[in-house]
Amino acid sequence: MTAALRLGAGLWLAALAAGLAGTLLPAFGYLPALGADGFGLAAWRQLLGWPGIGHSVAVSLTSGLIGTVGAFVAVTLFCAAMQGHRWFDRAAAGLGPLLGLPHAAFGLGFALLVGPSGWLVRLVSPWATGWTAPPDLALVGDGWGLTLAAALAIKEAPYLLLMVVAALPQIRGQEHLQAARSLGYQPVRGWFLVVLPQLYPLIRLPIYAALAFAVSTTDLAIILGPSQPAALSVVVLRLAFDHDATLLLPAAAGAGLQGLVALAAITLWRLGERAVARLGIVILRRGMRGTPAGEMAGRAAGALALLVVGGGSLATIGLLALWSIAGTWRFPDALPDALSTRPWREALPVLAAPLLTAAGIGLAAAMLALAAALAMLERPWRGSRALLYLPLLLPQVTVLFGLQVVLVRSGLDGHVGTVVAVHLLFVLPYVHLSLADAHARFDRRYLDVAAGLGLSPARAFWRIKLPMLARPIAAALAVGFAVSVAQYLPTLFAGAGRVATVTTEAVALSAGGERRLTAAYGFAQGALPALGFLLALLVPRLMSWRR
Amino acid sequence: MLVRLTYGPAFGVRNMILRLLVLAALAFAPPALAQGEDWPAVLGRARGQTVHWNAWAGDPRFNDYIAWVGAEVERRFGVKVEHVRLRDTGEAVARVVAEKAAGRTADGSVDLIWINGPNLASMQAQALLYGPFVDRLPNAAKVDWQGKPSTRIDFTLPVGGMAAPWLMAQVVFVYDSARLAEPPASMAALADWARAHPGRLTHPVARNFLGATFLKQALVELAPDPAALQRPADDAGYAAASAPLWAWYEALRPALWRQGKSFPENEAGQRQLMADGIVDLYISFNPAEGAIAVARNELPPTTRSFVLKAGTIGNTSFVAIPYDATAKEGAMVVADFLLSGPAQARAVDPDRLGMGTVLDVAALPPAHRAAFAETPHPPALLTPEALGKPLLEPHPSWMTRITEEWERRTAR
Amino acid sequence: MATLTLDGIRLSVGGAPLIPHLDLAIAPGTVATVMGPSGSGKSSLLALVAGLLPTAFTAGGHVRLGPEELTPLPAHRRRLGLLYQDDLLFPHLSIADNLAFGLEPAIRGAARKRAVDEALIAAELEGLGGRDPATLSGGQRARAALFRTLLARPRALLLDEPFSRLDQDLRIRMRRLVFDQAAAHDLPVLLVSHDPADAEAAAGPVVDLQALR
Repeated sequence: MTAALRLGAGLWLAALAAGLAGTLLPAFGYLPALGADGFGLAAWRQLLGWPGIGHSVAVSLTSGLIGTVGAFVAVTLFCAAMQGHRWFDRAAAGLGPLLGLPHAAFGLGFALLVGPSGWLVRLVSPWATGWTAPPDLALVGDGWGLTLAAALAIKEAPYLLLMVVAALPQIRGQEHLQAARSLGYQPVRGWFLVVLPQLYPLIRLPIYAALAFAVSTTDLAIILGPSQPAALSVVVLRLAFDHDATLLLPAAAGAGLQGLVALAAITLWRLGERAVARLGIVILRRGMRGTPAGEMAGRAAGALALLVVGGGSLATIGLLALWSIAGTWRFPDALPDALSTRPWREALPVLAAPLLTAAGIGLAAAMLALAAALAMLERPWRGSRALLYLPLLLPQVTVLFGLQVVLVRSGLDGHVGTVVAVHLLFVLPYVHLSLADAHARFDRRYLDVAAGLGLSPARAFWRIKLPMLARPIAAALAVGFAVSVAQYLPTLFAGAGRVATVTTEAVALSAGGERRLTAAYGFAQGALPALGFLLALLVPRLMSWRR
Repeated sequence: MLVRLTYGPAFGVRNMILRLLVLAALAFAPPALAQGEDWPAVLGRARGQTVHWNAWAGDPRFNDYIAWVGAEVERRFGVKVEHVRLRDTGEAVARVVAEKAAGRTADGSVDLIWINGPNLASMQAQALLYGPFVDRLPNAAKVDWQGKPSTRIDFTLPVGGMAAPWLMAQVVFVYDSARLAEPPASMAALADWARAHPGRLTHPVARNFLGATFLKQALVELAPDPAALQRPADDAGYAAASAPLWAWYEALRPALWRQGKSFPENEAGQRQLMADGIVDLYISFNPAEGAIAVARNELPPTTRSFVLKAGTIGNTSFVAIPYDATAKEGAMVVADFLLSGPAQARAVDPDRLGMGTVLDVAALPPAHRAAFAETPHPPALLTPEALGKPLLEPHPSWMTRITEEWERRTAR
Repeated sequence: MATLTLDGIRLSVGGAPLIPHLDLAIAPGTVATVMGPSGSGKSSLLALVAGLLPTAFTAGGHVRLGPEELTPLPAHRRRLGLLYQDDLLFPHLSIADNLAFGLEPAIRGAARKRAVDEALIAAELEGLGGRDPATLSGGQRARAALFRTLLARPRALLLDEPFSRLDQDLRIRMRRLVFDQAAAHDLPVLLVSHDPADAEAAAGPVVDLQALR
């Protein structure tokens, strides 16, 4: 067991190191295949001289930070206003399907919602606005990436809420909140002063992961971000896949820069953390208990947060569904004139095999990740967590770029097994993250009692611990499955294009951008993880002795 | 590392010389003259191979067509085709570069690649292609090498048999006749029209090939000496030839959609703007773009296409085989089948692809010719006569420079 | 049954001694009580005897059952029944399955069912075997936990404040039940508590850990 863990950790470290080295070497001028075999800063100079690169970095930083702050504020407001309310549990239960929706599909649906020809404009046109043609307004693709930030906030909020829901039982928030209320604090104020400070350390890491993701997202940035200059992630992608292969060098530097931007974003966030904590202390020391009016405002804000995030997500999914069966649908009609089954008739035969492939890879990756995560949780060692979570804090392209060369060199690319292994880099941290709290909360006296009843530690693990953790394990599997299904770049790079999943097919098709077919593909892509979350909800119940 | 640093430049020079030699050899190689005597041997080795055809997959019609090709070559020659669906042809180029970086010389992951223009030039320059192989394809004899010079010379560079022609593409503009009665006849007139109708025109970003083509179309029309565009651009030549283009563009840009501050990422983005009634016309490289969009309910039945009076740029889509391809013979069989009468007739059919053929139809046997004559003709599709003879693509260096300058000018 | 002997037990954590030296012999059918405030090492002593001491502790001395040396054995080979202040019934198993959990595999089929049924009757849980533990009252759960431990046929009982969560009435009844059952099975019992009433009711040897220091 220990030897296997060491081997696993070694491979893990080797993959990350190879990925980083393979990215950084070209960034500093070394890529012999292109005749570049001297070291220097030329690639960085070329990158930094790229037109509008400063703006690109700024767009990535601001949209990522604003989006993550938005998601965080929405989730905390919602929790403060609604914790203990029956809506809280309902919203938490509805999270799974939202989490499963892939970013590309979400971006497309969001554009169909808020764009100049989007559904919101259609609802008020032409009777209120007088617009018979879509307005020439930068509702999508604005220069500072604000639409992108809004989409990020709505897309990341369910994920953060899931992390909060997982962490809440650990801190007995309800009891602390009651204590604060008995001391005269208004509930929302009390939540922020008493519950949040305990909760925050538990969800800090998921927040950093969300932030690192937000500043380096490509799918959403292409669809919703500005075009010229584009977000840094889009610039890196354009350079990497340009017809001029020598642009791979500045692209590699761009992948490195992307890593620095993620680091900068996390640093800024940490500074913000301290400022907010200081403010909280000031309020706390003055004993300000909050006013009924403030309380009303807090509750209203919480309800609004639920409305925006929940409503926005549902409308996005609904619009995708509607477009995938729409016939003629012109501006400013709020509903299509006719329905058509053509997109689905075209999509389903093509997607059957890639759906199965994605499901198989996702299942394998999730199960392996579960085994590895349990092994690590049972035998933790110093530094294991930092190592494990590193891929979450690094932009994907920063690692994958170099990893591809290593895989090609070793002849490992193009196999399903390699795709599963590379998926593990991103699946394992999420599975570990999803399981760690429940595992830590497990009352080990149950195992002591089992030992007293004559059970060996191994048997107690299988007969007591695993069944008792069935729910979090099922949830972690579903999360891992969803993460695997959504992987685009890792599948492409490790699979050498030969492993086709529903995601590679959907993203490839979205290049053609036919709305109806892309909507159908996106919907099919989202259905797979949604199914996973549904099973995660049902299976532990079926396994339980009561049924 | 020190050693490498010291000898680095020497290797670099040797590389350059090698590349020049290869290019020179290619330039003098006569395209498709000799019939391949060894074709039966190729067919024999190809049987049972699986060809991983890397092709842009943004258009379901092309995906269907490739699936049909796969079924046909499997039935006829026992060759299986796996369509590796790309978002961007550059993905496949980057993969071959990675394989070369890793020192791989065989068992590559890409067997056949749909390619042209700068991607093709780049792969040629990096010596990433296998060949010449085109003269070994029996069907190469049917190609209209003389009447369609872009089958031999892609973006002014001799293909030298390193890539087999497949389809003809030509710039058209798609518009809605219900909204735009009289389409402009030149790029200059287009700018006048745009200034009279602000916000109703756009084009993709220049990093996208179609966006660059929009600018090149204007360059070809406005350059004082169009012949200069057929040679590599140097600093002075570029400044002189492109000055009228940028004057034209700066006058046009404020009248573009979003005052020329934001652009769609690709053709799909343009089509959506058109479908939503935001712009009134858009550029495409597929003559059947309008007809396809009507058939798929994306654009209204009043959609039509037009070309400019002085003609529009055209080029050829090729298929090429990477140097380390695993199934080279199978890839050649597929490339040959693409040039067959049935495959070309299907590509011309606007219900399938609606592209132009690379064959000399007049020289075909009557039975094959009939298949070309029978194709339907929707109103959004121009007749070959109306489409006219395509203008030649400028040298790739022009596209590179224009793209860079456009990015500089539009970046804030 | 055999006498449970603690011989020259030493216990320290991080270099700080918790228990400098402890000798204790618990005869079958008697209840020895270890008293002390929280942090005095009561529960650690119990864990040491059970074989569950966390690695942060350093311990010395011997634990014997009759002549048998328990010290080198892992917890699950010692066959010592544990009861905590929480019942710790396995939530994914029914009451009957919880009771059957500790039964030797050698007892099979009808005999197994009979053993569980008898335990249910003795625990005044007749007819509740199919229930989810969460649906039972605190007293019912405490009794189920006791009989689950007894069904495993332990050689001694280790009790970690098992009555402290129960209300006054229930506490007296449960204490009676546990002590009666221990006596009936002739088991040595080590009870850890901070409630003097427990020690009084146990009527056996009493060790005050604080006094040892």
